[in-house]
Amino acid sequence: MNIAARTGPVVEAERLTKHYGATVAVDGISFALAEGSVTGLLGGNGAGKTTTIGMMIGLVAPTSGWIKVFGADMAKEPYKVLHRINLESPYVDLPHRLTVRQNLLVFAMLYNVGDAVQRIDRLAADLALAEFLDRPAGKLSAGQKTRVALAKALINEPEILILDEPTASLDPDTADWVRGHLERYRERRGATLLLASHNMNEVERLCDRVIMMKQGRIVDDDTPAGLLARYGRETLEEVFLDVARNRRQPAENEQEAAS
Amino acid sequence: MNSNALSLSARRIGAMALRHFYLLRSSWPRLLEIVYWPAVQMTMWGFLQLGVSKQPGALAVAASTFLAAFLLWDILFRGQLGFSMSFLEEMWSRNLPNLMISPLRPHEFVLALILMGTVRMAIGLVPVTILAIVFFGFNFWSLGIALAAFFANLLFTSWAVGMFCSGLVLRNGLGAEGLTWSLMFILLPLTCVYYPVATLPGWLQPIAWALPPTAVFEGMRALVLEHTFRSDLMLWSLALNAVWLSVAAIAFTALLNSARRVGSLIQVGE
Repeated sequence: MNIAARTGPVVEAERLTKHYGATVAVDGISFALAEGSVTGLLGGNGAGKTTTIGMMIGLVAPTSGWIKVFGADMAKEPYKVLHRINLESPYVDLPHRLTVRQNLLVFAMLYNVGDAVQRIDRLAADLALAEFLDRPAGKLSAGQKTRVALAKALINEPEILILDEPTASLDPDTADWVRGHLERYRERRGATLLLASHNMNEVERLCDRVIMMKQGRIVDDDTPAGLLARYGRETLEEVFLDVARNRRQPAENEQEAAS
Repeated sequence: MNSNALSLSARRIGAMALRHFYLLRSSWPRLLEIVYWPAVQMTMWGFLQLGVSKQPGALAVAASTFLAAFLLWDILFRGQLGFSMSFLEEMWSRNLPNLMISPLRPHEFVLALILMGTVRMAIGLVPVTILAIVFFGFNFWSLGIALAAFFANLLFTSWAVGMFCSGLVLRNGLGAEGLTWSLMFILLPLTCVYYPVATLPGWLQPIAWALPPTAVFEGMRALVLEHTFRSDLMLWSLALNAVWLSVAAIAFTALLNSARRVGSLIQVGE
């Protein structure tokens, strides 16, 4: 589904830069995310995706430049907007000894969700958590954990949902089901989604825009269809490999097409 | 800093307290660990006090303070450990980034850690004080109003050290975890837990008096041995604690900001 973005940007980054000592993790990138858009953030390991996301949610301070979410500079005033954002990532976890229900209740309180019990029940129904809602989070399968992490990320009905490899450990059937849920959530809530993923099928299905990063820089930014056309490829995976391996530049392709 | 950053929500602090209540309720080894070591220590000091007090002379008089000194030291140590352990639970479970991107403010996080640290300390110490009555006839609670002053001052110091240790772990990862277990012990000889400040060499005494717990332990000895409550010592300890807590809060904030600069918050681990 490729629903066009609805209004102006809800996220704006300008000359965003992050150095870790001598290492340049993010190198002066600028971009904006429109409200209601679904953007894929692609790049190989070390491309700067995680650091960019970290700066977007206030976990990492930029070396220079800025990133604003709903107009709030995330390095200076993150608490103006953190209640409107959430993150799902396989690199963070929930307390293992707490049950799924207990974890969700704690986060519902942290996000000041008014109808916490009802919200948890609804998420349990939507994400099929009911059968293990009272099981410790540490005793779940990888797929169940992913769904619980998604439930935690949706507990505050975020207007901006950041997803880092949301279907990494899921079987194809469950992964497809999760993607469907994300599509429905975005449609219902009008939320803006940022998706970091190595699953190109997922990106093609969900995203209406793709930002490609390499060595801390944005090397391409287009719709999935636009990228396929410009690189002359049939799949985003081929485009990804072209970018990662410097195999083919869109300009070459345009020249070939012209000749 | 804007007003959003400084707001205070009882519900968010309550959420963190609830998270740790669920944790302790679900884990008997954690509860046992909290009670076990204070009980072992109290037994050892109790027998030592019992044995030495039967000897003639000044040693017997000094020994009469051992159990009180141990229990007060354990308030200090367990208070800090409770604070730090509550923080480390978030690191061990890799839950810290979830908290840091939530609306939970850093000062609310610290208040929740203070609350949980105090609860953990109470779980460890209350049963031990009862055992001290049963086995050694020593009623810690008979210190009365003075106990409240000792208790408050030692807790304030424990929070300051706990805040500083947690900041170090936040900034440097779990590689700095060992400091949370050991840093407090540098205060053990300097705060004169088991002997008067006059025992220290002259050059070390000003350093000892700059540590808030020193006045508490001196005050305890004055109470047990001379039956005098030294309010001047308690006020001195309170003033020092105000300085220590302020410095610890500044250090915690600086270490948190540094963690954001070096990216520690998205690489929770060693």
